[in-house]
Amino acid sequence: MVSKLNGAAEKQIVEICDRYKGEKTPLIMILSDIQREYGYVPLEVQEIVSAKTGISVAEIYGVVTFYSFFSLEPKGKNVIGCCLGTACYVKGGQRIIDQFSEILGIKPGQTTEDGLFTLDALRCIGACAAAPAVTINGKIYARVNVKDIPDIVAEYREGAVAHV
Amino acid sequence: MYRSAEELQKSIATYTRELDEKFNGEDGKRYVMLCGGTGCMAANSMGLKEKLESYIEKYGIADRVGIRMVGCFGMCSQGPFVRIFPENTLYRLVKEEDIEEIVFDDLLNGKVVDRLVYEDPATGEKIRKMEDIPFYKKQKRIALHGCGVIDPNRIEEALGCGGYQGLMKALTMDRADVIKAVLDSGLRGRGGGGFPTGRKWQFAYNQDSDEKYVVCNGDEGDPGAFMDRSALEDNPLGVIEGMAIAGYAIGARDGYFYIRAEYPRAVERIKNTIAKAEELGLLGDDILGTGFSFHAHLRLGAGAFVCGEETALLNSIMGLRGMPRARPPFPAVSGLWGKPTIVNNVETLASVPYIFREGVEEFTKYGTERSKGTKVFCLGGKVVNVGLVEIPMGTTLRELIFDIGGGIQDGKRFKAIQTGGPSGGCLTEEDLDTPIDFDNMVAAGSMMGSGGAIVMDEDNCMVDVAKFYMGFICDESCGKCSPCRIGTKRMLEILNRITSGAGTMQDFDDLEEIAAACKTNSLCALGQTSANPILSTIAHFRDEYIAHIQDKKCPAKVCKDLITYTIDPDKCRKCSMCSRACPMETIHGQPGKTVFEIDQSNCIKCGMCLASCKFDAISID
Repeated sequence: MVSKLNGAAEKQIVEICDRYKGEKTPLIMILSDIQREYGYVPLEVQEIVSAKTGISVAEIYGVVTFYSFFSLEPKGKNVIGCCLGTACYVKGGQRIIDQFSEILGIKPGQTTEDGLFTLDALRCIGACAAAPAVTINGKIYARVNVKDIPDIVAEYREGAVAHV
Repeated sequence: MYRSAEELQKSIATYTRELDEKFNGEDGKRYVMLCGGTGCMAANSMGLKEKLESYIEKYGIADRVGIRMVGCFGMCSQGPFVRIFPENTLYRLVKEEDIEEIVFDDLLNGKVVDRLVYEDPATGEKIRKMEDIPFYKKQKRIALHGCGVIDPNRIEEALGCGGYQGLMKALTMDRADVIKAVLDSGLRGRGGGGFPTGRKWQFAYNQDSDEKYVVCNGDEGDPGAFMDRSALEDNPLGVIEGMAIAGYAIGARDGYFYIRAEYPRAVERIKNTIAKAEELGLLGDDILGTGFSFHAHLRLGAGAFVCGEETALLNSIMGLRGMPRARPPFPAVSGLWGKPTIVNNVETLASVPYIFREGVEEFTKYGTERSKGTKVFCLGGKVVNVGLVEIPMGTTLRELIFDIGGGIQDGKRFKAIQTGGPSGGCLTEEDLDTPIDFDNMVAAGSMMGSGGAIVMDEDNCMVDVAKFYMGFICDESCGKCSPCRIGTKRMLEILNRITSGAGTMQDFDDLEEIAAACKTNSLCALGQTSANPILSTIAHFRDEYIAHIQDKKCPAKVCKDLITYTIDPDKCRKCSMCSRACPMETIHGQPGKTVFEIDQSNCIKCGMCLASCKFDAISID
């Protein structure tokens, strides 16, 4: 099997696989690290993991598609997560995500064509006092009002907000 | 590296004294305590810390004042907090611009900054000490012991605050006696099931096996609940200690934490505390020279709610798709890698050290006949005091919502409280005097659940709430068994139909029939309980369903297809704010000349116009 990844990327994936050599069942730990460090888990990455661990690609693909934490596509530069936990939902969280969706022209789970934004619907992030809450690149925005959303998006579009 | 309990106790005596001094001022210093919980962090606790440091430097009192970042204070809606010791003064809703005043007036000149002190909204009384605030008065911290008191990054403080006393006591007892103590304590599983913890341990204890495992279920997925995260983040050693006691009792040498990846800080804290504990010999081989060996490991969830179910969780630890399997065999017989395994919730394990440290009798002082101890709730939604609450079981819902929670926000009317998350149900006015415990909550038509408690007011549509939970369950159904996979989808479709104005009275019968099929035929609790939110909202709010179905109206004005936004021409000041806010550009008029009007054919009911109008001219019908 010839890898479609470049050498550096392949080396990175192999290095991640090697971290868990001593573990009995390391697949999810490997995939978690890949998702965090490489950004996503496309098929060509799964093939390398398969070659390293001896687990079939079919099984790996099954695991990758089962858990929402893993994605087959790269995420946007700015990841907007709207909390739709119950506390946020009863305080209008749905309106917030609808508004982001409207402004960005993408549905939750999608990434804008320019690769600038990914919009995610999140389960409870546990910031219930901040409801409705939004996280952008890990930073929590508390008590978001629909009115504020165009400005928030514009700020990130212009790259005015430093990455946290 | 501690080789005996005596050695450890010697250090602990020092740690305890050092920790006490941070509260009683005997070291001649004053301490500023900041809340590092998620709520306060989101409200800028870190910013406050930086300002404090710089002003303390500026006024030259750095040698006399220490700053400590501790875990969650619980009363998230009043955060961020600044607490000052030894006077024990609590400042709330603190902003960066308040810090200089706190440093100058209080820290430098010993004068309390009155305007930042909590004011009881009911009486207007200023309350300076945290313990005197009504929110805290009816609480008792057992599972959350040490949270909000210790710096979770310093294992010395955890040890100084009673840490490992429970384990050291347990290690002097026979394993069978340890299990008997847990049985006698009446401790029941805090993840929602309420199964007696001691009995679970006994099953595993009775298994003859070379290897056994303890698993800590930290896959807290119930939306609107963060009890377990708080325990893991704010006193990680407490949970580790509970796990080690369980390991000793059943004869396990290894324990696994399974924590959701969405909780990066909890993961980090547990990881660091395990490493530190191993370094000190508090975990590992031959702990404190007792011959008991125990290693703790960490596994991350990857975003699947069903993994909170124990067999699904075990599959996930084993690197598989997190799907549940039929029981028996129960994990206590055949669990992780086919070995006897107990799966306990975080809060359950966090409660265990108390039973040994303080004694069974002390634990059973709290609670009701069949539900002993305390329960942690995350009080959220439309209640004044949103936050983390630990109450003795037997406390009534009314006390929880009105005394601790401070009642409903904005003077609105209480409508319902949802407990048990997507598996639970809602309780109303008539249930308010129910003492909260496992059995009473079920008898009232809901369940205790893991601790989510979402309060709803008159502006919440109960059909919409039922739809929210069903959407969640439908998304999270793993798809292995057909009753859950298909049933939840069909129920969601029916609810969508009802909220879009296309429901019929037949829908009631259909929902009940599918609900019954899911309940009896699903493989795991996710499917079995999936219809509870629907059934309980129908039971209490049938009229609201009928209004959607027959009158095509949403009484709470939530369901978009059943409402219209209109501009009152008499109130419109022709300012054009609404028109500019409208993302669909469907509000027409001439600024300053004509009143504005919404073209209903393009309106997406986003509510932007309503939010933008300063003259209260826009209404929903």
